[in-house]
Amino acid sequence: MKLSEKAAREQLAMGTVTVVGALSNGSTETKASALVMGLGNIVHKQVAKGLVFLAVELAYLWFMMTNGLHNLAMLPSLGTAQQEEIWNEELQVYLYTKGDQSILILLFGIATILVTFVFLWFWSETVKSAYRTELTVQAGKKVNTFKEDLATLLDEYLHRLLMTPPLFFITALTILPLIFMICMAFTNYSRIDNHLVLFDWVGLKNFATLFDGSSVLGGTFWRVLAWTLVWAFFATFSNYFFGMVLAILINRKTTRAKGFWRFCFVISCAVPMFVSLLIMRTMLQPEGAVNVLLRNLGFLEAGASLPFFTNATWARITVIVINIWVGVPYTLLQLTGVLQNIPDDLYEAADVDGATPVQQFFKITLPYMFYVTTPYLIATFTGNVNNFNVIYLLSGGDPVTNLASTAGDTDLLVTWLYKLTIDKQYYNIGAVVGILTFVILAVGSLLTYRNSKSYKEEGGF
Amino acid sequence: MKKEQSAKAIRTRNDIIVHIVLAILAVIWTFPIFWVVMTSFRAEKGSYVSSFFPKSFTLDNYIKLFTDTTILNFPKMFLNTLIIAVFSCLLSTFFLLSAAYCLSRLRYKMRKPYMNMAMILGLFPGFMSMVAVYFILKAVGLTEGGMIRLALILCYSGGSALGFQIAKGFFDTTPMAIDEAAMIDGCTRWQIFTKITLPLSKPIVIYTILTSFIGPWVDFIFAKVICRANADQYTVAIGLWKMLEKEYIDNWYTCFAAGAVIISIPIALLFLKLQKYYVNGMSGAVKG
Repeated sequence: MKLSEKAAREQLAMGTVTVVGALSNGSTETKASALVMGLGNIVHKQVAKGLVFLAVELAYLWFMMTNGLHNLAMLPSLGTAQQEEIWNEELQVYLYTKGDQSILILLFGIATILVTFVFLWFWSETVKSAYRTELTVQAGKKVNTFKEDLATLLDEYLHRLLMTPPLFFITALTILPLIFMICMAFTNYSRIDNHLVLFDWVGLKNFATLFDGSSVLGGTFWRVLAWTLVWAFFATFSNYFFGMVLAILINRKTTRAKGFWRFCFVISCAVPMFVSLLIMRTMLQPEGAVNVLLRNLGFLEAGASLPFFTNATWARITVIVINIWVGVPYTLLQLTGVLQNIPDDLYEAADVDGATPVQQFFKITLPYMFYVTTPYLIATFTGNVNNFNVIYLLSGGDPVTNLASTAGDTDLLVTWLYKLTIDKQYYNIGAVVGILTFVILAVGSLLTYRNSKSYKEEGGF
Repeated sequence: MKKEQSAKAIRTRNDIIVHIVLAILAVIWTFPIFWVVMTSFRAEKGSYVSSFFPKSFTLDNYIKLFTDTTILNFPKMFLNTLIIAVFSCLLSTFFLLSAAYCLSRLRYKMRKPYMNMAMILGLFPGFMSMVAVYFILKAVGLTEGGMIRLALILCYSGGSALGFQIAKGFFDTTPMAIDEAAMIDGCTRWQIFTKITLPLSKPIVIYTILTSFIGPWVDFIFAKVICRANADQYTVAIGLWKMLEKEYIDNWYTCFAAGAVIISIPIALLFLKLQKYYVNGMSGAVKG
């Protein structure tokens, strides 16, 4: 069914060219483009463009024939062939047969699926392109040459030019690894029972292990989760309040040398974080600078030391306090601007009514700050749940009081995940921990955000 | 009359208290920095000394850091990090600014989905995928010898387009009318991006360049996982971390302090210059 010139013009102007439309209303060559990509374009004199489409299709088919189909076929079993020794009579040596490596099979399988999705998207675009060209011809308009098509990439399709390279790298280095790790959670890829080369799908078994509070891993999980939440709460709000009070103190009208005070605090976050954390760790060792200083000043007996990282409670308080030291300068920088945005007349009115500074803080500053910075607080909380650096560099998760478990008393879910994967090679359990961290964060931040005032009444206050 | 005086007295008293509190806090916050600078000039070796202040001062730690290359080759690490930082800075600045521009100025179907995707990806623990990234880089042969540098460059810049928020907030504040005027004059969107938006957004461009340049100097988790045992590809951060390990700490502790001072100075200078953009970016993003 051929569209009239007017109908074709209308459909082009509406911009509603779809694959379904192309396949049901398009001409024969447009329909054939679904099989031979680019055919419709070639027929309508967009030869170069059509050939590019065709080349992509051939490349994909070639890839699937040589590797892709094999990759997909291996995915359900994840490989079965064990590496074996075979005695070679001629050479008089043992030769090794090439066994299957489940990890590579899984990786290539997922990559193939991703490539296929990208190809399907590209396919739908080419079919639409063929249909659009057909409509353009019918509407009696001029068909773009290849050069003109390229020029649109710098103008109305600039986002395609600019977003493709970043998206390629995001897919390859963020999305692919994530899917890969998520898949690992459903396998038995682990040093337990020696499944480091060949492993299989095991369904939800790993989740069951972790949720079972009576097993060692399960018990550790609940303990680490509880501490992670406690840590994230204290780390977020201690920094928030301390930074806010500090910002208010510095920005008071009668405080002198504001720039100098700000400089003093900001200079400490100008030192790279891992350096200041490593310094702190060495200073707090049993024989470190802090204990030495306390001994010299006579607060401690010779040979005695404060158990900063050897006692569980001490260690937990230490990391929270150090985190205040590390984080407050950032909070100070970030909150200063927001604090200065609070309308002055609110305070002036409060002054006239005789409110004390403390009342003003609780009745004006805090509600305003909570209102404006809820998204910031959620981001900080999330950041703290995932705060790998502070714990790993400072305490390393120590002290380990329960020798059977794989996590120390200050380990967060993330540092535990690191230990499980890098040190212990329990890749599957590590992946489950990662997924659960994500679920907790996603649900938590969605709920708080939906219930916050800044979401419910945008631009109120 | 009397009441006024007492109000003034209270205010002066408050001022004094505030200044004293600030002074104490300032000492606490700057104390570790003094300590590390002092340690970097300390003549006595070893990590744990019985006296708090060094007994004698020397420049040997700095000299050793740059001349003793037999065990820990600091100059080489410095060079590695510099190369990685320069290239990943170029790449990630390009990725980040183009993503931010597209999301702020252009309207297309994938815009919202992309922003949602960036938010969701941000909730995953960053290095949950690190092991997988290592496998991927290994599969394409980027984990041996000199290719490690390329691998690190890709790691540092690959995901940068997900951190578009601050730059997008900045682009959002430049008036749309300028773009429209340029469009009427026949500018393509590419010309608007390179000739109008970028020059108008110098602060955020500088901010992006500098933050992405600093990244490789201060990250050590990724570098550690990807370099593994390839000591000649180490970056400065791994080098400093190594110096505090049990087998090196006695000989290298004061050198660690020296190295920390050396990489802190440029970063500190950049940071002090940058802090106003940092504040602007934040408050801009919150307001939006």
